[in-house]
Amino acid sequence: MSDRLRVDPIGCQGHGVCAELLPEAIALDEGGYPLLAAGALPDDLRRPARRAVAACPARALHLDRAADSGRSAGRQTPPGVLTGNAQGGLAQ
Amino acid sequence: MSAPPITRGLLGTGHPSLGAHLAAHGPLPTHGDPVLAAAGLTGRGGAGFPTARKLASVRDAARAARTPAVVVGNGGEGEPAAAKDATLLARSPHLVLDVLALAARAVGADTVVLAAGHHQLAGLDRALAERGDRGRVRLVGLADRFLAGEETALVAAVEGGPPLPRGKNPPVWQRGVQGRPTLVQNVETLARLALLARGESAAGHTLVTRHGHTVDVAEVPLGARLGDVLTVDAGVQAVLVGGYHGSWLPAHVAAGATLDRDGLAVHGAALGAGVLAALPADRCGLRESATVVGYLAAQSAGQCGPCLNGLPRIAAALDRLARPGPPPAGLLDDVARWSGLVVGRGACSHPDGSVRFVASALRVFAPELAAHAAGWCTASSSARPFLPVPAVTR
Amino acid sequence: MTALTDGAFLWYLNRATGLVSLLLMTATVVLGVAVQRQVRLPGLPRFGVVGLHRNVSLVSAVLLVVHVVSAVVDSYVSIGWLDTVVPFVSGYEPFWVGLGTLAVDLTALVVVTSLLRGRLPARVWRGVHWTSYALWPLAFLHGLGAGTDLGSGWVLAGALACAAAVAVASTVAATGRLRSRPPLERAPAALAAVSAGPSPAPFRNR
Repeated sequence: MSDRLRVDPIGCQGHGVCAELLPEAIALDEGGYPLLAAGALPDDLRRPARRAVAACPARALHLDRAADSGRSAGRQTPPGVLTGNAQGGLAQ
Repeated sequence: MSAPPITRGLLGTGHPSLGAHLAAHGPLPTHGDPVLAAAGLTGRGGAGFPTARKLASVRDAARAARTPAVVVGNGGEGEPAAAKDATLLARSPHLVLDVLALAARAVGADTVVLAAGHHQLAGLDRALAERGDRGRVRLVGLADRFLAGEETALVAAVEGGPPLPRGKNPPVWQRGVQGRPTLVQNVETLARLALLARGESAAGHTLVTRHGHTVDVAEVPLGARLGDVLTVDAGVQAVLVGGYHGSWLPAHVAAGATLDRDGLAVHGAALGAGVLAALPADRCGLRESATVVGYLAAQSAGQCGPCLNGLPRIAAALDRLARPGPPPAGLLDDVARWSGLVVGRGACSHPDGSVRFVASALRVFAPELAAHAAGWCTASSSARPFLPVPAVTR
Repeated sequence: MTALTDGAFLWYLNRATGLVSLLLMTATVVLGVAVQRQVRLPGLPRFGVVGLHRNVSLVSAVLLVVHVVSAVVDSYVSIGWLDTVVPFVSGYEPFWVGLGTLAVDLTALVVVTSLLRGRLPARVWRGVHWTSYALWPLAFLHGLGAGTDLGSGWVLAGALACAAAVAVASTVAATGRLRSRPPLERAPAALAAVSAGPSPAPFRNR
């Protein structure tokens, strides 16, 4: 039973409130849009995460109760890592 | 010289009339479960999802929601380099129309839509009239945009709005047109199902659009050697596989690759929209790629911040790299950083696919990059562009 | 007859809470536009602007409740409990009080939908929140017509300053919205901006 943060990319307008309230799990890229830390949300961050979800002016941040871990929600890649090959094949 | 492609019937009749269709294929059987017939068939729209499973998902979702489903035939070939769906709809519309009704019965749909480019609607309307199906299938004309055939953008267009993707959650087979479970199926997949329902084997072939000295659409067996399907000789420097969300392969790698999921995945490529383009040796691969990326950036739906910010910057960088002369310091690093910042952060896979194309171009045309940095371009032909890229209008 | 039900006390309470509530409503509108336009207020983090907007609006709503209750409890004017939600039926100044009642109804709707925001469809919340632009004019006109203070002197000057603030904020919000491009036009504009000069400001998806 793990919680995962999820950003609705169409609704998100880069207010940046979430990154202020949950810096342990959310950073802002150079355009001001959120980057989520990969993996499940640690339990001790659940309350500030809920606060961040409630504070988003665009209501674009969501906290999902994922019953199974290891889903594709953690596909935020850290900046600077080129992952152009989204098919999972070997990059040459 | 490449071996002639085998024609298995998708393009064989050539004449789009109902009479020619029935003469070539016979009537569609009324019995039989399309879900069973679809065993072994994977989608030809680019994702390659098992068709039987998709049919079953829509059917089950419709039952669970106690609402009729919707069937949408996707002829929205937004890929400029691809012509297979358009050719299929022009030559064998009745194969597609056969299966629309069949699929509707299979998933419990009361609404059937066929979406295609505006210029194709007249021919499709004639075909519908021949069958007496005008009232049963609604034709929807699609805007000439790259993302017009994206599943959720297609649903938006069918509902009468602008072709804007809506995100993968909830999936269209759960909530699509008017919130109802919707089957979105590429027209080639539908046509293959029409042959499978007749007991013919069709799941083992696929349509490709070949760009070489000429441009044509051919039906080839899955697993064929790419070099047998497309001329990859000394006059070819690289092959674009899949389309503008696909990957460049060096010529020697491409020639030996097999045209199926695993055979291409080994080289970091996929069938995608079925485009196979053999770039002549006298062209500049960077210039061709930069033009494509400029188009892809302009075709972003503009809804998601990362894509809207990343793709234009990447396109401008590619444009700079395509010109001979030393590039600004760190430009390649910038491209890598911007690319990493768009993957997985949009509502659709447009940024992901575009970045895949860019990465493969920078990989395969690395020698050209070095030449440009030294101040010259290896291309000897200033001929018109090889890859078809519509002019950026809006 | 306790001090709390003394007529003069209730009347002063009613006037005071009415004026302060109007002032706080002004601040709420200005802060709301600041949030929407992603304007930074000096010294405040972004969640501070968001939090201030919400908290100020809630305080204003609480004061509004006191304002309404004090009017009903005060036997000097014939305003009953029904008049707090149904407009234009009060004994005293039905039209002007009615405007106030409308403002109360709208406030209740905005506050309730905002508290339940996570559970409501986004469209519903947004539609109701848009009506909050009507709140300030209703409250102001109500104060002018049903009240005794707004009409003259300093209080009027203050009220006009508040009106100006709300007008400016609303204009900023409206022009921002008018200036935003439809989605399909944003990417070509971004491309043009990037080709024109290096590292332009981030592009906004709205």
